Amino acid sequence: MKLSVWTYEGPPHVGAIRVATGMEKVHLVLHAPQGDTYADLLFTMIERRNHRPPVTYTTFQARDLGSDTASLFKSACHDAYNRFKPDLLLVGASCTAELIQDDPGGLAEALDLPIPVVALELPSYQRKENFGADETFFQIVKKLTTPQPRTENISCNLIGPTALGFRHRDDVEELEKVIQNLGIEVNVVAPMGSEPSDIVNLGAAHFNVLMYPETGESACRYLEKSLEQPFTKTVPIGVGALSDFIAEIETITGLTNLQNKVASRLPWYSASVDSTYLTGKRVFIFGDGSHVISAARIAKDEIGFEVVGLGCFNREMARPVRAFGKTLGCEALITEDYLEVEGAISELAPELILGTQMERHIGKRLGIPCAVISAPVHVQDFPARYSPQMGPEGANVIFDTWVHPLVMGLEEHLLTMFREDFEFSDANGPSHHAAHQPTSVQKENRSEEPVPKENSSNVIWMTDAEKELRKIPFFVRGKAKRNTERYAVDHGVIEISIDTLYEAKAHYAR
Amino acid sequence: MPKDAPQLGCADSPILKERGQHEVFCGLTSIVWLHRKMQDAFFLVVGSRTCAHLLQSAAGVMIFAEPRFATAILEETDLAGMADAHEELDRNVSQLLSRRPDIKRLFLVGSCPSEVIKIDLSTVAEKLTEKYSPNVNVINFSGSGIETTFTQGEDACLEAVIRSLPSSEKTQLAVLGALPDIVQDQMMRLLEQLGLENVFVLPQVKFDDDVSIGANTHFICVQPFLGASYEEMVRRGAQPICANFPFGADGTTRWLWAIAERFDVSKAKFDKVVAAPKLRAEQAIAAVASDLRGKSVFFFPDSQLEIPLARFLAAECGMELTEVGSPFIHKSLVYADLADLPATTQISEGQDVDKQLDRVFDYNPDLTVCGLGLANPLESKGLSTKWAIELVFSPIHFYEQAADLASLFARPLKRADLLKVST
Repeated sequence: MKLSVWTYEGPPHVGAIRVATGMEKVHLVLHAPQGDTYADLLFTMIERRNHRPPVTYTTFQARDLGSDTASLFKSACHDAYNRFKPDLLLVGASCTAELIQDDPGGLAEALDLPIPVVALELPSYQRKENFGADETFFQIVKKLTTPQPRTENISCNLIGPTALGFRHRDDVEELEKVIQNLGIEVNVVAPMGSEPSDIVNLGAAHFNVLMYPETGESACRYLEKSLEQPFTKTVPIGVGALSDFIAEIETITGLTNLQNKVASRLPWYSASVDSTYLTGKRVFIFGDGSHVISAARIAKDEIGFEVVGLGCFNREMARPVRAFGKTLGCEALITEDYLEVEGAISELAPELILGTQMERHIGKRLGIPCAVISAPVHVQDFPARYSPQMGPEGANVIFDTWVHPLVMGLEEHLLTMFREDFEFSDANGPSHHAAHQPTSVQKENRSEEPVPKENSSNVIWMTDAEKELRKIPFFVRGKAKRNTERYAVDHGVIEISIDTLYEAKAHYAR
Repeated sequence: MPKDAPQLGCADSPILKERGQHEVFCGLTSIVWLHRKMQDAFFLVVGSRTCAHLLQSAAGVMIFAEPRFATAILEETDLAGMADAHEELDRNVSQLLSRRPDIKRLFLVGSCPSEVIKIDLSTVAEKLTEKYSPNVNVINFSGSGIETTFTQGEDACLEAVIRSLPSSEKTQLAVLGALPDIVQDQMMRLLEQLGLENVFVLPQVKFDDDVSIGANTHFICVQPFLGASYEEMVRRGAQPICANFPFGADGTTRWLWAIAERFDVSKAKFDKVVAAPKLRAEQAIAAVASDLRGKSVFFFPDSQLEIPLARFLAAECGMELTEVGSPFIHKSLVYADLADLPATTQISEGQDVDKQLDRVFDYNPDLTVCGLGLANPLESKGLSTKWAIELVFSPIHFYEQAADLASLFARPLKRADLLKVST
């Protein structure tokens, strides 16, 4: 057993629902108890869909256990087919139904429906949501695709977008624009927006664009093997990645001189003097593996931050994230325990967190600005406005989103100059962020209970030094405190004075 | 009685009983509000990743406020051998209690997976109570979807709490059901003004609260979903008081009067106590009800609050009832409210959601009360909806909340009028 308050991912059958809901003319019959329908509201509320997810739950109850659940499942399949008349039926079991060992695949087979039926294996006690989505789509592709004559013009499929995906809606639109600008046709986008007949037709494309490794990699690998379609390995989030992505397409297609056809404002915005203050800002990055790798690259190479820590919650991506972390000199944190993430963040005291909705809340608690780069996300990250992460517009969106929560350059200087000003003290936080304004309660605490009494190393802060520490702008204070304490321990200093503070500052000067 | 007044009485009318797909929460969801009410309690769900995911989806942002609930997620190895499960739980609980030494009551909450593989949580609870006595009391109940629907989780929890209470022969009044603090205070003030002494509320806020039950305990429910708790009280010898539920001016008055009668409070004294707040409530409702009068409403099953709320909307706000669905109907509890519903109302118990959706489109009601999985899909088809969960989380009982309760139903209709852009 594992004690858990928060989970980054849902169970695998939620992944299956994400695929079914993304597609058209597909229906999923899920062998599941009453209550599992909660998953519907992720789609109707968070993603704000205007229809029910195409899922029928068998809703078995305690009194059905024993004999009745199998016939319940069969009648649910039968009714779902008659009511919704899908072109493809998916059947699977949620965690509880996995335990009662009815065989959804076999039971559905016995019904002899006039449409293809895909039986899903969703091992709920070992795997999670992303696996569920990846596996479901892979099984659909495996069942339906057949070799097709290639299209006359060069074309590709966009693989991986699902319902409840972080910015999948706009990434698809943006990437379609990019691809069409390169003179390449888009054959099928799947699973999102496709129907079973489109899946049959996947084989007509010359290659596949793997948009999201988490949800589309198994299908792409299968298509590479069975239909000899190569697929792209770079996720085109960020200017550099987009350029590499296009280079990959040049290699795959033999087309040349594609690079100049896309442009983003990020490089100029980032080069302009207004952005100088972003240099070396310390950033911590957490989320799903592919968004973390993309974000780390942008942070380092395109905005000039220092990546001080990174990690992901999906073990499937542990290897590439670890490898990428090494190139930045960071040990990647692979965990699904948010307390570990919180521990790492407070230890590193970054100036900016890029993460999921959980890191946003950690940031709020620790008073560190945060921007969201990955699922899981709240309703506000399914915005009404166009806001992709991929492609040139995606890079624009990312620049704005990440810079916005930071204290602006001028404000940063003024805060340092006038830190004793009662209306303009750092305790008020960035002026453009009402939510960051600490309450008066916190202010009182500040004066009564001076900053950092507790520390593991038993060094003591003298009152003067403590006061001086509080004059340091809040966004670097954590780091200053940590460095000073480490310096004190290393040099056998037991009481930290103002001198110790500045000696440490000199010692660690960048 | 005016000529056009509807004929009342659904107490004996046939109930449409359906089974099929239920679009409802399971009992685990109750933990989201129970843990706030019971301040020294921790709820440990023994379940799967699905249970944890459900709780965080239902709890919304509350999940980030150091909530006193968590899930012990079953892993592959736990499914293999049962002896293991007890040890694993023991380890999890000790880890938990060392992190939260302030916990006095620990609820081990059963889920579908733990019920299906038959982990004997009640034995574990007994053993753990022995181990941690007297500091921590460990109690077990089930919030599984195969056994409980949404608010029934509170019922199962409260039933287990009642079972663990000591006996006494004291003459006293017990009020059953968790209420928002401010509402509970209003209720206690009214009961005090009626001259009642020895009143307590279950579940108690703190474990240390001195609470006992016996043959001279009279009890009344403040929530309609407490069927099992009701029966457990009766089994312990306590005497039930049944009345309409305290929604609206009239509902509150009838609920209070049933208690007053039992405790021999004079009519004159009763009238004096309730006159002012009752008038206040009636006037406040009248201001809101003009938007509701003559409008039709359809209830999908959700919380068992549907029948008393339908009575309030029909009798006090002038709405017309089409179908009133409830996940379960405990007739002994909701008898008074059922008897006050217009006889033309279709009462349904259980659910086959697809068939019920067919019916809602046939009725085409002005307002549909339903869960969040259905609300947006119905809105997009042109039906105005009120999402039902809010009725469990908001203060809606007793006089001072009567108009707020009516407003919850009036707001979606008002909004539909306000918006000048079509979808």
